[in-house]
Amino acid sequence: MNFLNRDVVSIKDFTKDEFEHIFKTAEKMEERGYDSALLRGKKVGLLFYEPSTRTRMSFDAAAHALGAETIWFAGVEGTSVMKGETLKDTIETVANYVDLIVMRHPFDGSARWAADVTTNRAKRGHKKVPIINGGDGKNEHPTQTMLDLYSIRKTQGRIDGLAVAMVGDLKYGRTVHSLSYALSLYNCKLMYVAPDPLQIPEHVEAFLKRKNIDYFKHSKIEDIISIADVIYMTRIQKERFPDENEYNKVKGIFKINRALLSRAKPTTRLMHPLPRVDEISVDCDEDPRAYYFEQAGNGVPVRAALLSLIMGAIE
Amino acid sequence: MREKTTSKDAKKGLMVRPIKDGTVIDHIPPGKGIKIAEMLNIFHQDSVVIIGQNLESTKYGKKDLIKVENKYLRSDEYNKISLIAPNATINIIKDYSIQEKKKVVVPDVLEDVAACINANCISNKEPVPSRMYTVSRAPLILVCHYCNFECKENLIRLKT
Repeated sequence: MNFLNRDVVSIKDFTKDEFEHIFKTAEKMEERGYDSALLRGKKVGLLFYEPSTRTRMSFDAAAHALGAETIWFAGVEGTSVMKGETLKDTIETVANYVDLIVMRHPFDGSARWAADVTTNRAKRGHKKVPIINGGDGKNEHPTQTMLDLYSIRKTQGRIDGLAVAMVGDLKYGRTVHSLSYALSLYNCKLMYVAPDPLQIPEHVEAFLKRKNIDYFKHSKIEDIISIADVIYMTRIQKERFPDENEYNKVKGIFKINRALLSRAKPTTRLMHPLPRVDEISVDCDEDPRAYYFEQAGNGVPVRAALLSLIMGAIE
Repeated sequence: MREKTTSKDAKKGLMVRPIKDGTVIDHIPPGKGIKIAEMLNIFHQDSVVIIGQNLESTKYGKKDLIKVENKYLRSDEYNKISLIAPNATINIIKDYSIQEKKKVVVPDVLEDVAACINANCISNKEPVPSRMYTVSRAPLILVCHYCNFECKENLIRLKT
């Protein structure tokens, strides 16, 4: 299994064995603590063209815990992007300063293009600077999916064969698409809970059918609350609805409060990629099934494992 | 084989005369001939250009056909024709004879030939060469290398 200098662009580029290797590496780091000499002398570029709290800060925390330095920008204000610099030129430039680039960018496919740019640069005799996709437009956010899988594995002791419910904006939410692709490797039962206009899109359904995955569509959280091992909530975005009345009709249905959560199995875990707005009421935070903040915390070991494997500090 | 107006053609009433040297693009779906001619930019050349529209075809019922004198296709033009007319046949004519006859095939990878239909794709936002993979030929479906967006045959746009 070779992770050295590997780009992390799409969740579909990874196998189940590779996920397991990342998770075991992350697990060891959590158990034994982070070795602050592991990435000493390495530099990680954090290029965040768009807002981020968890992704940027957890990559920053992971790099620092392993002794690497980070060089970053958060928002394009103050960079040459404001002068019209292309992504290619920014990547060609920053690749001179760092050993690895983590990038969040508003355009779909920007991470693949950035990876192509540093691959072509390596063909010209420079070292390969791997690209980790921290979210490219509405396309993919693979390290979020990795930490989601890690969170499921950590709380349930396994991923294989679990019943996973995804709730909310399933049409536009990139996290549920990527999670669906990844869970298809684990023979999970998938339950999609959403209003009709925001149900899981055709291309994801087609993928699941090709893979022979059991999946079900529901219109109420009550349908799945007592059977789901994991409930993965997402935010319903008002701006996705052409008509405000339509939004008002569905917004209350896809909320979870502590009374509803108490009907779930004691082992069920409630997850969310965050940020939440009001789809999980604050009273759920005290319920032992609530796991979203710990889930966000799992971003550090998973991203630390990835950085170590890709920069060759661990095999 | 000679590239000439046959008696069979004459019976059909075709006004398509043979060319000495050049290319004949046959079996174009009706209505797509002009699109291919525009893409090849052959209206602005001095050579003879013959475009037949809605000609009778035993295979397809009706077809368009293009004959261009002194013109041989580049690989990017060949690839673009495969997207507009996936069943087209290309005949290379030398001294009135068909030197080579081949059916177009949509290649596995299309480099800078078709534009991604996702408006938010990096290839539509910055100067990035497009790259599409053929995931199905019947029906024709392409997938963008960058954003994974699927594009079905009727939506395919050529890169200009």
